[in-house]
Amino acid sequence: MSAAVLDAKGLNCPLPILKAKKALQGVAPGELLEVYATDPGAVKDFEAFCRQTGNELMASTQEANVFKFVIKRIK
Amino acid sequence: MGANPDNALLDDLIRRRLDEILPQKLAELRAQKTPAMTIIATKGTLDWAYPPFILASTAAALGWNVSVFFTFYGLNLLKKDLSDLKVSPLGNPGMPMKMPFGPEWFKHINWNIPNAVQAVVPGFETLATTLMKQTIHNKGVAEVEELRSACVEGGVNLIGCQMTVDLFGFTHDDFIPEVKEYCGAATFLPMARDADVSLFI
Repeated sequence: MSAAVLDAKGLNCPLPILKAKKALQGVAPGELLEVYATDPGAVKDFEAFCRQTGNELMASTQEANVFKFVIKRIK
Repeated sequence: MGANPDNALLDDLIRRRLDEILPQKLAELRAQKTPAMTIIATKGTLDWAYPPFILASTAAALGWNVSVFFTFYGLNLLKKDLSDLKVSPLGNPGMPMKMPFGPEWFKHINWNIPNAVQAVVPGFETLATTLMKQTIHNKGVAEVEELRSACVEGGVNLIGCQMTVDLFGFTHDDFIPEVKEYCGAATFLPMARDADVSLFI
């Protein structure tokens, strides 16, 4: 399954969330969105975003200073 | 009523049953309800433009219903052209005065400029605003315009305070057409009453 990708590196709160919300609208339910960000606040924010919007945060990882989030669109 | 032993027994049963059922029922109702937030935005400077637009756009992204009531200087945030929003370090001891360019050691210096100096240097606010805009850009922070657009796209209800429009001699034409409603406190308060989160900024 190929995932849609959102590059939010270099962007600060709340832009990664706003862009992810927009990008998710272009993802079919059940499909994945990968988000890359450098804002350290994004780790907590993406957890909260997924919980609030009823989407699933499949993975939240970090490599060097880049955070990667994999979100499955549920609804 | 309470004198009837049957009723007392029944009341006791109902109370105990409600204690069991009610928390779950309330949680269900809460989960079904779309959260709502209302904000009163009262400030019209570059720095204070951020909190209402950040919170409103983020809440909209979370799927909440959001209304923002712009009153007094907050009306400046609804103007068609936002480029004249300024920040003033004068009388604002909380504002760090750091340079957005040069080597790292230079960028870390906090320039402690006395109010008396700030007040007499012509164009000091304009200079501070230019530096702040550069810092905003360097740090990947959104521009006010971008956050406002995100609010509009997210369906945030932007409301202008009609009294302040009159007071400051504005016309509706000064503001972006997405402002659908101009009203007063009596219209806003019932919205705030029904909201889960209500903020004054």
